[in-house]
Formats: sequence, structure tokens, C-alpha cells
Amino acid sequence: MLGFAIRRLLSTIPVLFIALTICFFILRLAPGGPFDEERSLPENVLANLQAHYHLDKPLIEQYFRYIGSVVRGDLGPSFTTEDFTVAELIALGLPYTLILGGSAFILAILFGVASGIISGLYQNRSADYVTSATVMTGLIIPSFLMAPILQLVFGVQLEWLPVGGWGDGSIAYLTLPVIVLSLTHIARISRLMRGSLIETMSANYIRTARSKGIGEKLVVLRHAIKPALLPVLSYLGPAAGYLLTGSLVVETIFGLPGIGRYFINAALSRDYGMVLGTVIFYMVVIVILNLLVDLAYAYLDPKVRVR
Amino acid sequence: MAERPALSIQDLTVSFDTPEGEVSAVSGLTVDVAPGETLAIVGESGSGKSQSFLATMGLLTRNGHTRGRAFLDGKDLLAMKRHELDQYRGRDISMVFQDPMTAFNPVLRLSRQLTETLCAHRKMSASQARARTIEMLARVGIPDPEKRMTMYPHQLSGGMRQRAMIAMALLCGPKVLIADEPTTALDVTIQAQILELFADLKREFGMALILITHDLGVVAALADRIAVMYAGRIVEQAACDELFENPRHPYTRALLQSTPRADMDEASLYAIPGQPPNLQRLPAGCAFMPRCSAAIDRCAASPPALETLESGHHTACFRARELKEIA
Amino acid sequence: MIFSTEKRKALAAAFEKGDAVAGRSLTADAWRRLLRNRAAFVSLWVLGALILLALFGPFILPYDHETPDWAAFRAPPSIESGHYFGTDQNGRDVLARTLFGTRISLLVAVIATAVSVIIGVLYGATAGYIGGRLDAVMMRFVDIMYALPYILFVILLMVIFGRNVILLFIGIGAVEWLTMARIVRGQTLSLREREFIEAARAAGQTTARIITRHITPNLIGPVIIYATLTVPEIIITESFLSYLGFGVQEPLTSLGTLISEGADVMEVMPWLLFFPALFLVLFLLSLSFIGDGLRDAFDPKDR
Repeated sequence: MLGFAIRRLLSTIPVLFIALTICFFILRLAPGGPFDEERSLPENVLANLQAHYHLDKPLIEQYFRYIGSVVRGDLGPSFTTEDFTVAELIALGLPYTLILGGSAFILAILFGVASGIISGLYQNRSADYVTSATVMTGLIIPSFLMAPILQLVFGVQLEWLPVGGWGDGSIAYLTLPVIVLSLTHIARISRLMRGSLIETMSANYIRTARSKGIGEKLVVLRHAIKPALLPVLSYLGPAAGYLLTGSLVVETIFGLPGIGRYFINAALSRDYGMVLGTVIFYMVVIVILNLLVDLAYAYLDPKVRVR
Repeated sequence: MAERPALSIQDLTVSFDTPEGEVSAVSGLTVDVAPGETLAIVGESGSGKSQSFLATMGLLTRNGHTRGRAFLDGKDLLAMKRHELDQYRGRDISMVFQDPMTAFNPVLRLSRQLTETLCAHRKMSASQARARTIEMLARVGIPDPEKRMTMYPHQLSGGMRQRAMIAMALLCGPKVLIADEPTTALDVTIQAQILELFADLKREFGMALILITHDLGVVAALADRIAVMYAGRIVEQAACDELFENPRHPYTRALLQSTPRADMDEASLYAIPGQPPNLQRLPAGCAFMPRCSAAIDRCAASPPALETLESGHHTACFRARELKEIA
Repeated sequence: MIFSTEKRKALAAAFEKGDAVAGRSLTADAWRRLLRNRAAFVSLWVLGALILLALFGPFILPYDHETPDWAAFRAPPSIESGHYFGTDQNGRDVLARTLFGTRISLLVAVIATAVSVIIGVLYGATAGYIGGRLDAVMMRFVDIMYALPYILFVILLMVIFGRNVILLFIGIGAVEWLTMARIVRGQTLSLREREFIEAARAAGQTTARIITRHITPNLIGPVIIYATLTVPEIIITESFLSYLGFGVQEPLTSLGTLISEGADVMEVMPWLLFFPALFLVLFLLSLSFIGDGLRDAFDPKDR
């Protein structure tokens, strides 16, 4: 198991490296730089700034310099937010993004799997139709539309929940952002779980289990749920990626101080260090989450484990 | 029959809803099996032989409907609610499925899948159930059962899986064991071993055995009685020797001629002309008529009923008596 | 396969053996099933109506999407004034803007889908047809790409090369091809073993020619189905980027941009949010019903 994990982890290093390289050169080859906005900068100050961040060196040298520092675990300084390193900025935003994304992830799994099981077990009956229709709204109404609607209803009209902001970080402030972020994934997981459970329930081994007279409850709980979860599980890796990008919108709409907002600001102000740093950070998180998903998969599917 | 049958199926009808309308898979099947008897059900795929017994055990797919009665020890299985039925299936009546590859749950260890039957019906503790299961696995010829118990199905060979499946079905000492094509998915050498195992186990446990197969060769050695099914009906039923020596129904004859035997040369092997019937549009008369060389006008009007020709030999053919003379 | 419903299929196959339905092609059959699916049938009409409105509506309307009506600022929807959907803060007709936005969103969807289909089909067909180590490497690459937060790359592209609509099309298309590539590869793997491919190979045709002339045309069915499912994804992606301010910019507009603007003022001028949102939702809803309907029509399994 440990060997499997380590091999998996090692195989992602070249990927991270390639992605990093692509990002680096896209950013640098593009016109414009981080200090464009400060037009009043005198020539020599600008030169100094450039020199300070090594922007005056040949591109290839900058590249190796950057890779070198990343390997040492240093994401470098932010170009536009003075006195802050990229790592510090990420650390500032991280708790918010983690709480938001983590809660949405858990919510999506819980509700998605539960509603999928209901739909699947009561296939084409009213319980299925009601559940599916409810869940489908999450797919049809994108988050940037769902957010203002919920804000209007629960924040402005009913005044049950705050419209935005982090406040004291209590559940009231988190409720709407987490719901908006998770709805799409509740829908997708639910659809996956439904289809997969229906398929599993018609498998030969379910018939075998029924023939043993162990009762329908055990048949479903012990024999059907576990294999039916496998497709859901393999969706969770990509889902984590979608959640991170989704958090860009949700953090923007609800004015939450997470990493997503830093990324967007950095992209807009061409803060090379911050943009690259955030991308690296996101990718590492996604790689780790994918690894966890693979491990869970191996746990659930003995065929993978043996290999 | 003096003895009360172990399983008595009466007027069983099975149909399926399909997008193209209702399809009848079994119509009016009546058959008994006595305690300790081996009954072979023989027919082509689509003849309704498997569906009859899946229906008896309440294992049809969702679009299937069942009518009729199936008495197990005097109690009608088909009239039971699911939780009631669950008290009998697995304990008094159990089934060995065709493909041991897909019939075991791939994500659960064998121990889990085997012992749960005992835990449900015999109220055994986990360790008792384990001990009993290991015993049974050893009995069906699985070497090193303690170790095999902890494995997953895909780690076993096809023959071992089928043995494990048989052990699973026998754990609670059922009165009736239904084996649905138990050897079809296996290699020929292993087929023989499994059949031998069935014969041994039957002697030892004395349950009634229903052997569903498309292969007359499989049943010859094992069966006491044979019922031949065609298009959802039994067309002929007789004691094993009687049927082989004295087949009356044209379909049975064709089937026998098309079964390779050691004493026949290849050239005389016979193929039944035509296609199996379309179950959506069964003819009004005898379903075998379009393929039958002995058909007469009467065959098209209504399906012939199962008639007793002599004691224990029943045939559903209008010309059975004449054909006897011809043969 | 472990999960397949073999028994039922075998039964169905046994039922069908008796009379083969002659003379009706697979596509005609699928089309008939699609039209019998009520949700998909209604959706086809809704989608058709939306497309016609977006294409020809602006020619009929007395207002265009950018000229202010000095007599009506922030006007709520009304029949008398002719602003059926009302006007915005700058006196622009919301109906005209919505139709125009729908047009742009449609355009993005069509072009980006085309880009994703072209890349996906060529990539998948190549990997599937050539197979072996190349296939393994190419598909591993797809796996890896799946794991990356590609929206970030699109955002980067948009930021760096300016907010260029054409680039937006290409950028979105270039990140949506992964699933298409997987599906196409799977299909190609099974096509590769068929006789007519064998024949083409025996006739000495080049690999490139076999892929473009023989493999690709036979992939049309699954590709169309998946493309239908891709369109809503792309519309959402475009709207998402536009909402964040990285997508379509003034004077152009798209449904996403309109929704983003409308959300800012939803408390005072809810119609600015409502109508573009309605169009977007109708769009997505009808596309997803059609996509589901197509999938069921081509693969009639009861899900």
C-alpha cells in the first residue's frame, strides 16, 4: 500500500514540472509586466525593481532560478504586494479556502451519495423523480446564478443569513457559500450514484445475495453500496479540482478572503510570483487529493489492491 | 406420488415487460420434484428453464411478473412477501448460479459472502459460522479452506469458485437445490469433476436437486427424471432412461439426435432446422410446429396439452401416440 | 464486465432473434426513439425557438443592444413602451441585449465545441488506432490533464493575451476535449478490429488516411451525443469566465456578462438578472434533456 502511494506520488512530479514550465513561459512571453500600472516610476527605480526580482536577467536564467527555489520549497516573493512572500499570502487565504472547499466537498459527498441511493433504489418511481428533479437544479443553474438568487431570497428578503463576507466565520456566514459551491457536485455525484447503483442492483452477484435470504437491507448495504461507490469515488479526484476552481467564483461573489481571490487579483495585476505560486499550490493540493482517492479506490476494489 | 414433493410448482407463468410489449417466458409450467430426487430441466436458451426457477425463488428482474403457485414443504413461495420469502430461500431452497465469475460479489471476501447465510438463518455466531463454512469448503474439495476463505473471488480459479458457490448453497442444508447451468462456464475436465461432486453431495445430503441445463449429455449420468422445455412449456417429461430410450416428442428426438455421443460418428449429428421461437409472437398452436417434421394441420390450431402416455411419461404432442409406432 | 446486465441482454437478444427488423437503420431508429421521448421532443422545440430568436430577433426589434433610449432609463418591463424586458441603467433594451448575449454565447458554444471535437477526435482516434506504447503515453497525458485546474490556464490566457473573443473560443475548446478523446479512443479500439479497416490496411493505405477517411466517419454517432453534452458545459464555462470578468467584454456581451451585471443590481432592477438568467437556464435545460435523450436513444438501457 505504501509503495503504491509513493509510486503514485513520484509519477506526478514530471506532471507538475511540465505544468509549471508551461505557466512560466506563458506568463513571461506575454506582453506587459507587473510594474506596468505604476506608470510614474522613474526609469532607474523601475530598473532597480526589475533587478531586485531578477526580471532583467535572460528568461532562461530566470526560469532555472525559479525552479531552483521552488524545489527548495520557496515560492518567492509577491511582485505587487510588498513585503509579502507568495507563501505568506497563500497561508493567509488558505484557511478560508480550506474550510469553504472542505465543507462543500463533504456536503457534496453526503448529499450526493444519499440522494443517489434514494433515486437508484426507487428507480422511476415518485421518490426518484422528486429527488432527481431537486438535484438537477444544481446542474441547470450555474453557481454564479444560484448565488445571487439565494442571496436575494435568504439574505435580502428573509434576512435569515448574511449576504456575504466572512464575519466571525460562523456557520451562518458559511451556509450560502458552501451550498452554492456544493450544489453542482451534489447533482453530479447523485447522478453517478444513481446510475451506478441501478447497474449494480441488476448484477448477477446481487441476485446471488438475494437468493441467500439475508434480507433486502443487507443485500443493499453490504453487497450493492460498496461496488456502486467505485464510479463516484473516481469522480472525487476531478471534483476536488472543480471545487477549487468553483471557489474562485464563490469567494468573489460572497467576498470571502480565500486563495481564489488572491489568484484573480494576482492574474489581473500580473503578479508572476503569486500566479505561479497559486497554480503550483492548487496542483499540489489536487495531486494529493487524487492520491487519496486512488488509495480509497484500492481499499474498495480488491482487484486494484492486489496489483 | 406417495411422498409429498419437496418442491411442487403448479401452473407457473412468467412474463416480462419490454418496450415492445409483454413477453411471455414461461406459460403454465407444472412440475414436482420429490425429496432426494434429481430432476433435470433441459432446453435451449430462451426456453424459460432458468426463468421458471428464478421466479420460484423471487429473483426475477424488476420487469418480470409471476403467476401460479410453488409449494415448498406445503408453503406457497410465490404468495409470500419478500421478508417472508427470505426465511426460506438460502435455508430450505438454494441456488447455484451459472457463471461463478459474476455470481460472487467482487469486492467482498469469500468468508463474508459464505458465512452470512449461516448468520442469517442459523443464528450462528461469526466463529461458529466460520468453522462450519471451512468444513463445508473442505467437503466440496477446496484445498486449504482457511486460506481461501480470506480471498476475494477473482483470486480463485473458475472451478474453485464454482465449488465455493456449491458450498455456499449447501451451508444451511437445503431441502431443494437448484443448479442453473452449473458447468456451462467451466472447462470440460472441470465440468466432469463438478458433476461428480454433485452426485456425491446428493448421496450425502439427500436434498432434491434441480439441474437446469441445455446439454443432455450433462444430465444423462445424474438425473432421475428429465423435463424438456420448449418456448416456456414442458413438452416432455419422463424418467431418465425412458426418455433417452423412448423419446416421444419430436423436439426431444431432435435434441437427442443433435447431442454428440461417443457411439455416433460426426456425420450423423443432427441440427434442428429453423430458429427458436420469437417469444413475443408465439404461434397459436404448438410452438415447435414451424420446425417440426411431423407437423399436421391440427398443430397450428391450439397448443397440445401434456398427456400421460404411460406411467411417468408425459408428452405434449398431438402425434405422440402415432409417432411411437413410427419410431 | 462485472456490472453488465448480461442476463437481461441475453434474454432480449433471444427475443429479438426471431424476427430481425429489416430495412430500418440504426440512426432512423434512434431518431424515432428520441422523438418519442417527450422531454427531449419539447426541448428540441425550445432550443430551436431560442436559436431562431437569437439569430433573427435583433433584426425585428426596434432597439439594438447598445444604443440608449433616452426616454427610458432603468425602465421595468412594459408592453406599452416596447421594452418588453425593460431597460438597464444606460437605457439599453434588455430584450435586445439578452438576444445579443444569447447569440454570443451560442457562437462561443459552437466554435468551442468544434475545437474540442476536432482535437478530441483526432487525438483519441490516433491513440486508439495506433495503440501500444503511444496509446499508453497519450492516455496517461489525458489522465494528467484531467487532474489540472484548467480554468486557471484559461484565465491566464485571457489575462495575458488580452480579452480576445476568438482566443476565448479556442481556449475553452482546448480544455474541453479530454472526455471526447477518451470516448473516441474507446470507440476506435473496437473499430480497429473490424473488417473494413483490415481491408483498408491490406490495400496499403497510410495510417493517417485510415484515421481520417475510415475511422473518423464511423465515430459520428457517439461524437454527436457527447458534443451535445459538451455544449452546456462550454456555455457554463464561458458564462463563468465572463462573470469573473475574464470573458466577453463590452461592447460585446454574453449571457454570463449580463447575469453578472444583473446580479449587481438585482435588488433594484431584478429584470436585469431575470431575463438573461431565464434564457441561460432554458438553454441549459433543453440541451441537457436533448443530450440525455440522444444518449438513451442510441443506447437504450434503462437508467
